[in-house]
Formats: sequence, C-alpha cells, structure tokens
Amino acid sequence: MGKYIVRRLLQMIPVVILSTFLIYAMVFAMPGDPTAGKCGERPCPAAYIEKFNAKYHLDEPLPVQYGYYAKNVVQGDLGENQYGRPVAEELSERFTVTAKLAVMALIFEGVIGILAGVLAGLRKGGFIDNLVLISTLFVISVPIFVTGFAAQYFLGLKWEIFPALATGKDPSLFSLVLPAMVLGSTSLAYIARLMRSNIAENIKSDYVRTAKAKGLTPRRVVGVHTLRNSLIPVVTFMGYDFGALLGGAIVTEGIFGINGVGGYIFKGIQNRDGIAVVGAVTALVIVYLLMNLLVDLLYGALDPRISND
Amino acid sequence: MRVKSRAMAIASISAVALLATACGGSSDTDSTSGGTAGGAIVSGGCNPENPLVAGNTAETCGGDVLDVLTAKLIHYNPETAQPENDIAESIETKDNQTFTVKIKKGYKFHDGTEVLAKNFVDAWNYTAFGPNGQQGGYFFEPVEGFKEVSDPKSKVKKLSGLKVVDDHTFTIKTTTPVSNLPLRLGYTAFAPQPDSFFDDPEAFGKKPVAAGPYKFDSWEENSAIVVSKFDDYSGDFGGNSDKITFKIFQDADAEYTALLAGEIDVVRQIPPSALIDNKFKTDLGDGRYLEKENSTFQFVGMNYHVDPKLKNVKVRQAISMAIDRPTIVKQIFNDAYTPATGWVSPVVDGYKAGACGEYCEFNPEKAKKLLKEGGGYDGKLTLSYNGDGGHKEWTQAVCNSVKKSIGIDCVATPSVDFKTILTKLGKDEVKGLFRMGWVMDYPSIENYLSPIYGATASSNYYGYDNAAFQKKMSEAGAADTPEAANKLYQEAEGLIAKEFTTIPLWYGKTIIGWSDKVTDVKATPFGNPDLAAIKVK
Repeated sequence: MGKYIVRRLLQMIPVVILSTFLIYAMVFAMPGDPTAGKCGERPCPAAYIEKFNAKYHLDEPLPVQYGYYAKNVVQGDLGENQYGRPVAEELSERFTVTAKLAVMALIFEGVIGILAGVLAGLRKGGFIDNLVLISTLFVISVPIFVTGFAAQYFLGLKWEIFPALATGKDPSLFSLVLPAMVLGSTSLAYIARLMRSNIAENIKSDYVRTAKAKGLTPRRVVGVHTLRNSLIPVVTFMGYDFGALLGGAIVTEGIFGINGVGGYIFKGIQNRDGIAVVGAVTALVIVYLLMNLLVDLLYGALDPRISND
Repeated sequence: MRVKSRAMAIASISAVALLATACGGSSDTDSTSGGTAGGAIVSGGCNPENPLVAGNTAETCGGDVLDVLTAKLIHYNPETAQPENDIAESIETKDNQTFTVKIKKGYKFHDGTEVLAKNFVDAWNYTAFGPNGQQGGYFFEPVEGFKEVSDPKSKVKKLSGLKVVDDHTFTIKTTTPVSNLPLRLGYTAFAPQPDSFFDDPEAFGKKPVAAGPYKFDSWEENSAIVVSKFDDYSGDFGGNSDKITFKIFQDADAEYTALLAGEIDVVRQIPPSALIDNKFKTDLGDGRYLEKENSTFQFVGMNYHVDPKLKNVKVRQAISMAIDRPTIVKQIFNDAYTPATGWVSPVVDGYKAGACGEYCEFNPEKAKKLLKEGGGYDGKLTLSYNGDGGHKEWTQAVCNSVKKSIGIDCVATPSVDFKTILTKLGKDEVKGLFRMGWVMDYPSIENYLSPIYGATASSNYYGYDNAAFQKKMSEAGAADTPEAANKLYQEAEGLIAKEFTTIPLWYGKTIIGWSDKVTDVKATPFGNPDLAAIKVK
C-alpha cells in the first residue's frame, strides 16, 4: 500500500512539469490582447504597451518566457500576475474560498444524492422513485445560471432566507450555503440516478440473496452489503466532480460574486495572463491527480477484491 | 434571516440620523454646506487595472477612486460640465500659447505638505516621459517639447514648455495656440503629485497620496478600497459623507444584486440584464435611479481611400440613412443609448444639436435614391467589429437594417480584438465599414474633432485629410473667447458632416441606481456618480 502511494506520487512529477509547459504554451498561442481594458475603452498608448511587454517579458519568444517562469517557480516564486500581485498569494486566497464552496457542494450532493438514490432504488417504481426521477430530470435539464439566478432571487432577495451574495476575501460559511447548493444541484441529480440504478441492480444479485438467507437484518443487508458495492461508481464520479467544482464554477461564482478560482482563470485567459493561468491550472492538475489517487485507494476499502499492491 | 435583521438596523440608524440633522437641514444648491454631511457610503467598484497613479489610470475602476482622492487645477461642474477653478487661483494667457498658472496658497496634500508649482511640473514631466510608459502621457501632446520627451526611448526628461516661476506660479507653453487648454486641466492625468511619489511610484500606487476631498485608507485586493474624508481639505468641493468604501465586484450583475440586497448604496452602471423591460425601475422604485447622457459616442468609420466603392459621398450618406437607429437602440440596448444627431456628445461644451441633420434619420426611400445617384454599391459590404466586446448583436442589426432598406449585402465580420482591427487599419487592410467609439478626455467639442480627424491625429483611421478642416481647427485654437472658438469648432464639425467619412450611431447613457439610504446622487459629465456629493439620509 505504502509503496503503491509512493509510486503514484512519483508518477505525478513528469505529469505536472509537462502540463505547466503545455498550459503556458496554449495561453501564449491564444489570440487576444493582454493590455485590452487596461486603458479604459480605448487602446493603450505605445509607450505603455512597450513598458508592459518588457515588464512581463511578452516581447520575448515562448521558450525564453517559459524559462523565466520556470526559473522562478523552482525558487518557489509563482511570479506576479498582470495586476502586479503575487500569484501565490492570490491563489491561496481564492483556493480557500473555492475549496470551501466545493467541499460544501460535495457534501450537499453526496449526502442528499446517495440518500435519494438508495430510497428510490429500493422501491423501484414507487412514489419516492418517481419523485426522484422527475425532480432530477428537472434539475438536469435546467441550465445552472437559471437555477442560480432563481435561487438568488427567491431565497436570497425576496424571502431573505440566505444572503444573496458571498463577496469579499473571506465570505462566511453561511453565505456560501446557497451557492454550494446551486453548484452541487446538477451533480446531485446525477449521483441520485447513478445510485438508484446501482442499488436496484445489486439488490437482485446473488450475494444479497445469500445475506438475506443468512438471516441478516434488512438494515445490514442494504447498509453494508448492497451499499458498499453500489458506491464504487458514485465515488469515482464524486472524485472527478470535486476537481470540476474547483475549476469550473465560473457561472456560480459570477452570479454570487464569489472571488474564486474559476473567475480568476477565466479573467487570466481573457488577458492572456500566462503566469496567472499556469499557476492556477497547475494547482488544479495537482488536485485532480490527488483526488484520483484517493479514489483508487477508496476502491480498495470499499471492495476488498480490488487490490492496490 | 441575517439579511433582514441587518436591513432593520440600518433603517433605525437612518431614522436617528434624520432627527439629529433635521434642524440644520437647509436645502440649498451648494453641496459643501448641506446639513446632512457625515455617515458612510458603500459604492460598487471593480479591481483597478493598474496601481492608483493619476497619470496612469484611464479606466473607470481606478478612475472612480482617484476621482475622489485627487484635486486638480480645475473642477468640472457635475451639472453643466463647465470648468471651475480648484487648485488654480487663475490661468491666464494673452496669445493662447503661453499660459500662466497661479495656484492657491496653502493647498494641502494628504501628507500635510503644501501643493506647489513644482508638484505639477514634476508630475506632468513624469507622465509625459516615454520610458515611464504612462497611459496619460498623450494629454501633454500640445505642450512644447512633447515629441522629444514622449518617445519610448527618450533621454529628454523634461517638457521644455513647462517652467516653474515661483512656488505658486508656473507657465505652460504650447507648440500651437490652444484656446481650450485651461478646460483640459481637470482630468486626473493633470493632478499634482507630492514629493514622496517620485521616490517609488510603484509603491505609491498602492497607497496614494493626493490633495482631494478624500484620503486613502486601505486597499484589500479583490475585496474593498476604503477612503475617508480629509479633515484638512483645502478646496471648495469637499465631500459629504465621512467614508466611502468601494466594494469590489467582478461582475456587474453581482454588483446590482448587492444593491438590491442592501449591501451597497450606489451602482455605477445598471447591468444590461436589468435594463430589459426597464426591470430596474420596478426593482428600485422612483427616485432611486438616474438616466443621463454621457460622453460615449459610437460610430462607424470607413476609409474610402482603401475601399474605392465608398468614394462617392452619396453612397456613404445612403448607408447612414439606411440605419434604423431608434429601433436598434430600443431592441438591442434596451434604451441604454440615444440615437446620435451629430459627431459630438451632447454633454460637452460647444455641442450643437442636429449637426448631422436628415442624414442621421432613418429614411429608406431617400437612402435608395441617394445610393442610385451615387452609383450604387456592388458586392459585399463588411462591418468589422472586435469579437471580445459585446458588439456582435448591434453590428448585425445595423447590417440587417442596411440590407433591408437599400439592398446592400452587408455582413458583420468579427476580429479577435480591438487591437487586431487597429493593426489592420494601420496597414490599410480594412475595406468597408468598421466600428469605432469615443469617450471624452475633457468636456470640449474640440476633443471630438482634433484627435479623430486631424490629418496626423492618433485616432484618425479614416485617411481624413482636409485642409479646410485643419484651418478651422487652428483658427479655433487661436480664438479670443471660448464662444468664438466653439463657433469655429462647430463649423469644423460641419465640414465633417459634408464629407461623411464616419457615420454617427448613438450616444451613451449613464444609468445609476442607489439605495434608499442615500440622497443627492448626481452623475458627472464623465458618466460616473459624483461620490463626493452623495449624502447619507
């Protein structure tokens, strides 16, 4: 097990190095004007552009630019973004907010999704099953910005149950509840459906019948024997989803005014702010890799037949 | 629940504030002596693109903050856009070419030092100096010596046209007569800088010191910028509230939601989503929003030296008359613009209504006739726009209107960004029409003419070179009175109308919303809320 983890961690090193270069090159190749918007609604004067390009080495060829960047990174400096702010500082701030949001969304979708899926799967065709199917269909088919704006308007502005926004550097957990629910809503629907079909299938399998025949309580039959096996695809999905929630929450972040990673990457790409984008995306790559490892380890825990040695 | 209780707390505070100030509440027009000064306001804001240096800020995120921090030689009246002396005691000239500026004695910076003539001259030299790469550098273009100083590789650090006479006097010499120079001096780029600025301009920009009604308190990145009233403020345009917080939003919709949720007091521009069916009017209710024309001017340009098919002026006029401006403004912009009637924004000094006349009115019949007389237009007419700025809908609407009215096959064609279009224009590669926009630097009719239509002007992308126009402009520059100058500028605009190398489309509108906690919200000619004037109820 220990050996397995070390091997997996070592494998990550080339992946991370290669991905930073690829991301840097792609940002570099993108069309767009790094100084767009820096001077209001008109193009920047030549002197300003010249100084700006020299400061961020934008006038040098790509390998040289990347060389500057890599040199700094090795020394533990992620560089400055085009607002003259250290990327490391900005990222740690934004990842704190986004991680809170993502974890809350994950808990929300995991707990409710699995519960709904189990209840629906056990009584296939029953009232709860139909309710889950119809409501999840509705959630999946409505785009997230509609869900977001509607939730904000009714729950935030009109009935004032939750704060309508979660702005600032360190928004309170309470203000993140509504965005987390919106963010997790689509995945919740998928988890519920995934869980439902797995339970419905596994409940008919031989080992469940054996467990029942042994005289185990229904609680144990479902809670331990069926659930554990049915969770494997759901865990895979949630592991992948966590990474997606971290980097892809641009719409939700926009609606609720959250200073998160998604918006940062989006703005960085728009401005061709290579240094900002590479820092943020590399962090996401590492999160993905670690989540993948975690999911693989969980497989072993859920199903002893899957070995990690 | 939390939101509600907070809103109630605010309501009770403002009731107390009303009682406390009721006796002093004489409502007069002088904004500095109102009875309801004090309190704190929260304005919507955005992340400044650059450090807060007056000479290096041209966008509104940083500009809004610098507006209340800085004092300049003159101040623009928020109602009329007329210049009023601020730091300047007087600005005098005999020949419109050498200006003697006397500044008020004892005007203080936030750090306690006095504003002296050298603070202006040093700051302006710094901004104009090419290697410093300051955005506001081009403002000093009329000053003698600008050409040598502004080169990106220049070694000359001082404008030869600026001379300190004594502590409170300096002179400005321009290369050619510029009658409206005093009027230009109110822009942020002309603000004086304290001595501490020159030690480390970068660090200064994170913690600026200026001479305006508010002083800088703190700047928390991505979160808020806070300024508070400067007790020793020396000028006549002091602020009313004690503290202004610029709460930073990345998204206009979120900013608007924050206003509805009671988290901020002023929204600088209502987002397009709330303009649909005038939603903001029902959201906010009467007396909590304001609509006012601003200096934005959108138009369509062309260079008929590059595209000979547009050579005949009647073809150009026909295209203009084929554009149904009122309908496009209503359907695409939800009335966030007003159809243009000339080449100059109505907010500036010297504006004359109806300069464009019937050619800016939608008239398909007349347009067809003109097009026929002008020899028609064969083939595809492109309308180039930058794809990154939300211009797709209206350029397509303009093209559809042209196609429907006069049958020219007009196609809206995107480019990656504005810079790409400008580069292509520089190489004379753009045929057909292209979108353009203008926002004023200072409220004068001249600012809509010389930078755009001067033969060698920086923003002349139209190959416009008209000796008669140049002559009018230099006559106006040397005119004795502002009225005489404006008359000549209007005649120059008339020449542009005759040549019709640009097609006016519409003027921008500032739509500001505010909370029920504040009053006296006005918009400046630049289209921003006049934050210093806002009072807390």
